[in-house]
Amino acid sequence: MLAFLLRRIGQSAFVMAAMALIVFVGVYALGNPIDILINPEADQIEREQAIARLGLDRPLWEQFWIFVKSAASGDLGRSFVHGVPAIDLIVSRMPATLELAFVALVLSIGLGIPLGLAAGVKPDSFVSRTIVTGSIFGFSLPNFWLGLMLILLFAVEWKILPAGGRGETRTLFGIEWSILTLDGLQHLILPALTLAIYKASLVVRLAYAGTREALLQDYVKFARAKGLRPSRILGVHVLKAILIPVVTVIGLELGSMIAFAVVTETVFAWPGMGKLLIESIYRLDRPVIVAYLIVVVALFVAINFLVDVIYTLLDPRVRLSEREA
Amino acid sequence: MSILPLETQARETALGRGWRAFAESRMAVLALGLVTLLIGVALAAPWITPQDPYDLTQLSILDNMLAPFSQSLDGRSFWLGTDDQGRDMLSAILYGLRLSLFVGVAATAIALLAGTTVGIVAAYFGGRIDAALMRLVDLQLSFPAILVALILLALLGKGVDKVIVALVSVQWAYYARTIRGAALVERRREYIEAAQCLALPRRRVIFRHLLPNAFPPLIVVATVQVAHAIALEATLSFLGVGVPITEPSLGLLIANGYGYMLSGKYWIAFYPGIALLVAIVAINLVGDRLRDVMNPRLRR
Repeated sequence: MLAFLLRRIGQSAFVMAAMALIVFVGVYALGNPIDILINPEADQIEREQAIARLGLDRPLWEQFWIFVKSAASGDLGRSFVHGVPAIDLIVSRMPATLELAFVALVLSIGLGIPLGLAAGVKPDSFVSRTIVTGSIFGFSLPNFWLGLMLILLFAVEWKILPAGGRGETRTLFGIEWSILTLDGLQHLILPALTLAIYKASLVVRLAYAGTREALLQDYVKFARAKGLRPSRILGVHVLKAILIPVVTVIGLELGSMIAFAVVTETVFAWPGMGKLLIESIYRLDRPVIVAYLIVVVALFVAINFLVDVIYTLLDPRVRLSEREA
Repeated sequence: MSILPLETQARETALGRGWRAFAESRMAVLALGLVTLLIGVALAAPWITPQDPYDLTQLSILDNMLAPFSQSLDGRSFWLGTDDQGRDMLSAILYGLRLSLFVGVAATAIALLAGTTVGIVAAYFGGRIDAALMRLVDLQLSFPAILVALILLALLGKGVDKVIVALVSVQWAYYARTIRGAALVERRREYIEAAQCLALPRRRVIFRHLLPNAFPPLIVVATVQVAHAIALEATLSFLGVGVPITEPSLGLLIANGYGYMLSGKYWIAFYPGIALLVAIVAINLVGDRLRDVMNPRLRR
C-alpha cells in the first residue's frame, strides 16, 4: 500500500509539473496581451513602463522562471484588471463553486441511484423504459439551455425562484455559504439542478446496468433462496455491487462538475470561479486564467488521487492485483 | 474472380442482419429518420428558408421581436417569430443547424482520422511508443473537454475553423483509446501473423489488415461523439468563444435570446434550443441502439 501511495504521489507531481508548463506556454506564448492590457491612448513611455511593470519584456523562459518561483510560494501573479493577487481572487471565488458542485453531486446521486435501481429491477417495464429513455434526454440536454429553460419556467413564468445571483449568505469558518440561509438555498437550487441533471443521467445508466448484471449473480440468487426481503437484497447486496463503478465515476465527475460550473455559473450569474474565468478570458486577464488552471489542475490531481485510494479500499480485487504487480 | 460475388453477398446479408437488429427498436428507426430529415433540411437551407438571415437587405428592423405566427409588414408570416434584428427565427435556426451539423461532423471526421492513426500505431508497435502515446491520451482524458476547449479558444480567438481545431484536440483521444483496445486483440490473430510472414510492407499490414478489423467499435463512439461535438460547439458559442457573430450557430442564437428571455420574449432562445435538443437526442438514440446491436455481450 505504501509503495502504491508513493508511486501515485510521484505520478501526481509529474502531471502537475507537465500541466504547469503546458498552461504557461499556452497562455503566455500565444495572444498579444500588450494591446489589450494597456490603454490604447497611452503614449510610448507609459506603454513601456507598463510592459516593464508586468514583466512582459523579459524572454519567455525568464517569465516562466518567475512564474514557477512565485507559484511555488503561492503567488501566481497579480490580476491585470483587478490589481490584486490572482490566487486570492480565485480562492475568494472558490467556495461558491465548490458549494454548487457539491450540492449538484449530492442531487445527482440522490436522483440517479434510486432511479437506476428501480429501472434495473424490472428492465422491461414501462417505468424502466421511461427512466432509461429519460436518461438519454438527460445527457443530451445542452447544459446551458436547460438552465435557461429552468429560469424561464421558475423565474419568468411562475416567479417562484430567483433567476440568478447567490442570495443571502451566512459566514461559517470565515467563509460565506449560501446553503445556510433559506434565500441562499432558493438561489442555489436551480443552478445545482442544472449541473446535476447530466451526472444524474450518467449515474442512472451505471446503476441500471449494474443492477441488471448483479441480479443475475449467484450471491443474489443465494440471498433470495435464504429468504431475505427483496428490499434488503436490493438495498444491501445489489447496492454494494453497483457502488464501485458509481464511486469511480462520481469522483472523476466531481472534477468535470467544477469545469462545467463555468457554464452554469455564467447562465445563473453565480459568482464562482468559473464565472471569474469567463470574465478573465473576455479581458485577457492572463494571471487569473493561469491561476485558475493551476488551481483546477491541482484539484483534479487531488481528486483523482483520492478516488484511486478509495477505490483500492473499496474493491479487494484491485488491492490483490496491486500486490501481485 | 468467382470469389467476389460470394463475398459481396455475405457482406450484404451481414448488413441486412445488422439492419434487422437495429430496426427492432422502433424508437431507433424514428431517430434515424429524424437525423436524416435534419441533415436534409440543413443541406437544403438556402433553398427552403423563407429568408436569407445573413442578407441584410432582406431584413427589416421594423419586424423585430415579433412573436411566433405574427405577420410582417409586407404580409409574410413568421412561424417562429423574429429576433432583435427582425430576422426570421425559422430561417436563422435552419442556417444555424447547418453550421452546427457541419462543425460537428467535420470535427468528428478529423478527430477520427487523427485518433485512429495514433491508436493503431500504438497498438501495432507496442512497447515504449504505446506507453508514451497512451500516457498522452490519459493526460488528455483526465481533463474535461469543455475546459480544454474553452482555454484553447480563449487563446486562438473566434472562428469556425478554430472551433473545429478545439473540438478535434479534445476528441481524438477517445478514438485513439478505443481503436487501440480493439487492435490489441486483433493484433494477436493469425491473419496478422500471416500478413507479416508474407513480408507485406508494415503500412499495408496496419492499414489494410489491422485497421478494417479493429474499426467497428469506433462507429458507435463516432456517432455519440458527433452529438457531443454539436453540444460542445453550442456551449462554446453560447459562452462567446465559439463561432463569430456573423455566422450564428444554434448556440449563438440561444445566447442572443438569453438577454430577451427575462422580459418574456422566450422564442428567440427557446426554438433554437429545441432544434439543438432534437438533433442531439436523435443522434444519441441512434448511437445507443448501434451500441446494443454491436455489443456481443447482449446478443441473444
